[in-house]
Amino acid sequence: MQSSPSRLLSLSGVDLAVIALYFAAVLGIGFYLRSYTRTGEDFFLAGREMTAWIAGLSFLAANLGSLELMGWAASAYQYGILATHWYWIGAIPAMLFLGLVMMPFYYISKTHSVPGYLKLRFGEDSRALAAVSFGFMTVLMSGINMYSMALVMKVVLGWDIHFSIWASSLTVAMYVFLGGLLSAIFNEVLQFVLIWLGALLISIIGLIETGGWNGMVERIAHNNPGQNYTHLWSTLGAFSDNPMGIHWVGIVFGLGAIISFGYWTTDFLVVQRVLAAKDVRAAKMAPIIGASFKMMVPFIVILPGLLGLAVLPERLVGEGQAVATGAHSYNEVLPLMLARYCGPGLLGLGITALMAGFMSGMAGNVSAFATVWTYDIYRPFFRKTATDEHYVSMGRWCTVAGVLVSIGTAYLVMQFKSIMDYVQALFSFFIAPLFGTVVLGMLWRRATPAGGFWGLLAGTLSSISMWAWVKLDPTALRYVALSSQAKDMAENMYRALWSWIVCVVVTVVVSAVTRPKPAEELTGLVYGCTELPAEGNLQLYQRPIFWAAIVAVVFVILNIIFW
Amino acid sequence: MHRPGMISIWFFIGALLLVYGVLILGAGLYEFVVPPEHPVVRADLHAGVWWGLLLIVLGVFYSFRFFPGRAK
Repeated sequence: MQSSPSRLLSLSGVDLAVIALYFAAVLGIGFYLRSYTRTGEDFFLAGREMTAWIAGLSFLAANLGSLELMGWAASAYQYGILATHWYWIGAIPAMLFLGLVMMPFYYISKTHSVPGYLKLRFGEDSRALAAVSFGFMTVLMSGINMYSMALVMKVVLGWDIHFSIWASSLTVAMYVFLGGLLSAIFNEVLQFVLIWLGALLISIIGLIETGGWNGMVERIAHNNPGQNYTHLWSTLGAFSDNPMGIHWVGIVFGLGAIISFGYWTTDFLVVQRVLAAKDVRAAKMAPIIGASFKMMVPFIVILPGLLGLAVLPERLVGEGQAVATGAHSYNEVLPLMLARYCGPGLLGLGITALMAGFMSGMAGNVSAFATVWTYDIYRPFFRKTATDEHYVSMGRWCTVAGVLVSIGTAYLVMQFKSIMDYVQALFSFFIAPLFGTVVLGMLWRRATPAGGFWGLLAGTLSSISMWAWVKLDPTALRYVALSSQAKDMAENMYRALWSWIVCVVVTVVVSAVTRPKPAEELTGLVYGCTELPAEGNLQLYQRPIFWAAIVAVVFVILNIIFW
Repeated sequence: MHRPGMISIWFFIGALLLVYGVLILGAGLYEFVVPPEHPVVRADLHAGVWWGLLLIVLGVFYSFRFFPGRAK
């Protein structure tokens, strides 16, 4: 480990002990669980015996990567409380929809993966398209996250970038290799707890320093005259009225209705955790439990960014300007706040929280990749008949391969940084159309295999085309995003919306002229053809719909409070 | 997730939090007795002391509640 004199933080012996203990704990859990991971069901679906709480916390932790923590804290510093939309309207309705409407079909169909559901519902072509795109993008994204984390560790702690990449990724590879999804889920729950305990203190001490919420708002207004950083909806009437350059239509329909539903209901990285639930009720409850915690994540992610606006003496700048001038960038707001409030031991806990976030996100990527590769690509296209042991072995080695490809991607990004923008854009190409295909497949029995495949393909191609159109001709932004003033985030949202519409229209039109599957082949896959477990015998407090209603009411109240 | 003989994840979490609590409380008490040359902002709150205590309480609860062989 090399140190750099320009590092942001210095760790004491206690801090290093806290971090070392964390690494020992996650590896120990992996070794311990190896003996419980013998069958494919164990390795890829954690034996399908997770309680709703474990599955729900793991579901959320897999999404809480370190980039999520530091990236959204940075966005909160840059754009203010508007970043909260990605946690509330950009997540809660979709998570509740997943729990109440979609999970029963995923679970009852006994699929191993989201592409596996497409195989059952629409056939091999749709599965192949979804599996290949998911597998490819997952390892690339994992590499980008790995590089970004190593860069942060270099800036914050002065750690050598190669050491950070190899130490953290090989740790993840080892515990997932040993215990598969079971080990990933166990560690994700541990990581979830550490993320909260490591990051929550910043918000608590920050609010004490500023004299509470009102004191913080006053300081932000004083430091940033003429700009509104603390209202969630009231500045979204026009693109030019808010620092994000976005309109409420994009937030509600692009983010809330399409991007979030696409991510939370069809991205196998998160859905896999819920498929590991022990029964249908647990599978329905898990996303609802996840949603209740997701709603609180802004208190450890967005609030530190806002507190940074209120209390940090220096003005943070964009990454390019930071490199040129030596100033601190937006991305450093969370580490700066850690340094401001956390003494020895607490600092180690905070850094552990960031590492835990990175590792939970990476474990999510590689375990999902191993499952999709083994069940949706290797088994149907390379080796249809093999023993369960063979597929488990393939899953284990695929975990290692996935990590190595991710490391390769990290080094590629190190050489060609523009790749990062391209891959992140590519990932978004698949999410919105996939949601259109899956939701039509689940809720509309008339959707045909041809309709599903061509809708997915057309939606994906339309998204790529719109992205390329704006790249080649920036004035096209006024057509794609309905305004030439729209910024990147707004463009992404409108592109998602259009590609979803293309997917749905093509699916409906092609389905109308092609032959549907007979009803008996749709049992367990489609609403109206599937007998869902009755909940009439349960007490009110045992029913998922009851808890979903409570989460929905709190969600509405929070939006009104911070309007 | 109740396989015979399998240790609950909550026990692992409790044990780790207990050790973390002891370390952080120890560091907090040391800073209380020997104030650092460059204290953090609001060092007067002694966050290490009460956060360490909180971790110890959580750690003790989960370690005992889910101790191997004791958890249901």
